[in-house]
Amino acid sequence: MAMITEAIEMIDEFIIRAALAGFAVALAAAPLGCLIVWRRMAYFGDATGHAALLGVVLGVALGLAPMLGVVVVAAAMALVVSLVSNRASFGVDTMLGVFAHSALALGLVAAALIPGARLNLLGVLQGDILLVNWVDVAMVWLGSLAIIAVISMFWRALINATLSPELMVAEGGSLLKDRLVLTLSLAVFVAVAMQLVGVLLITAMLILPAAAAAPIARSPEKMVAFAAGIGGLSVLGGLGLSLGFDTPAGPSIIVVAAVMFAAITLTRPR
Amino acid sequence: MTDILLSAHDVTVQQGRRKLLDSVSFELMAGEIVTLIGPNGAGKTTLIKAMIGALPLSAGRIEKRIGLRLGYTPQKLQLEQMMPMPVSRFLALAGKVPQARRDAVLDQTHAATLVQAQLRDLSGGEMQRVLLARALLRDPHLLILDEPTQGLDQPGEARFYELLAEIRAQSDVAVFMVSHDLHVVMAQADRVICLNQHICCSGAPAAISVDPAYKALFGDRAALAVYQHHHDHSHDHGHDHGHDHGSH
Repeated sequence: MAMITEAIEMIDEFIIRAALAGFAVALAAAPLGCLIVWRRMAYFGDATGHAALLGVVLGVALGLAPMLGVVVVAAAMALVVSLVSNRASFGVDTMLGVFAHSALALGLVAAALIPGARLNLLGVLQGDILLVNWVDVAMVWLGSLAIIAVISMFWRALINATLSPELMVAEGGSLLKDRLVLTLSLAVFVAVAMQLVGVLLITAMLILPAAAAAPIARSPEKMVAFAAGIGGLSVLGGLGLSLGFDTPAGPSIIVVAAVMFAAITLTRPR
Repeated sequence: MTDILLSAHDVTVQQGRRKLLDSVSFELMAGEIVTLIGPNGAGKTTLIKAMIGALPLSAGRIEKRIGLRLGYTPQKLQLEQMMPMPVSRFLALAGKVPQARRDAVLDQTHAATLVQAQLRDLSGGEMQRVLLARALLRDPHLLILDEPTQGLDQPGEARFYELLAEIRAQSDVAVFMVSHDLHVVMAQADRVICLNQHICCSGAPAAISVDPAYKALFGDRAALAVYQHHHDHSHDHGHDHGHDHGSH
């Protein structure tokens, strides 16, 4: 009898941890995802997200915390991409595709070169939110709150630069600051969201709730709030799906978000 | 003492091996209307971006009077359909402005009825009024307008220039604008600058319209503009055009 209640408590606790981590990611994804949708930067998120695998591999190889490796590599990727995309002589979409897939391929190759089985490749690719411990939860919340704090601080400038970079500069803003805030926030987000949904679906966690929120929002801030809500519900739904049908939690969360996107878009045509 | 708001000294902007702007120099005085004209690809938007500080110069410099307040309207907003943005929120994004100033500007630009609307639902003319309202909110000394009538039909253009004249009647804000509409340029500007990478000619409209460099740039359309508006202005501005056709 005591063993059974203990087992139930254990189940409860790992679900609570997963849900808490998931909510943190959904909160941070909302403002960042809206900015990426408004700026048509989805591929930019892909390039940064896919670089995360390489970051994990480097982190493990160098004996550092994988999260640290992810932040560094993702930030480097984001900065390089945003610099190059400004002076690209060919299509930006092509170039971002080149970067995104090269980074992923490089990460997969590098992962194979690590001696021993120190890297759970599937876990990195599709996430392992059900395995997070309390330290992970704390780290995820810390990262998410940092993202939210920085984005709130620069919110007006970020929105202005989204509408017109020239107008933002003419009114005294700095494009360099705008770029730094966005790329560094994205890098931290990649590290934070990787455990939840995995490297392959990080961009989905950013853009699906934001895109679902767009048709029902009347102002940018409301769209962020709705996106956070939709993201949170997706986390709950995905975890339920995962427990009920033994599906991978990360992809399940995205599936629920996709269903919500479809439902909202189809019922509220603009 | 003449009050110089902004002066450009040998401004050059290079992209790769191509010179977008080649040693462009001019001054803008308080209260005057200066119109920038030139063919497509002449570097008009490049010059505007350089003036507002959104583009690094390859050579030369742009000096602004200390404390100069700029009002700027972009040619177009990068407005993604997915971005909800009520006009009232868009105006608030300009920063803190006293309520009285906001009301006065909305009144001036006839935009008060638009504040509840979504930016993405506005017509071209309404969008221009809202952009102008935002530029005016900070009570600028100098308005920089990048092709404000692009995408407007003829009556819309006429209304926009009427509005600009109204605003100028209420305050002596200087205006620097890009325009492709030669008729209006000739009727409204104090001074015209013709740009084609370099400054081909500049001066009062009446003087410009007979300038060979201007005729070379605009051909028959130039003649038409002169025909319609030769009687409109009798300004005595200096006429300092440099002839420099050899390099193009």
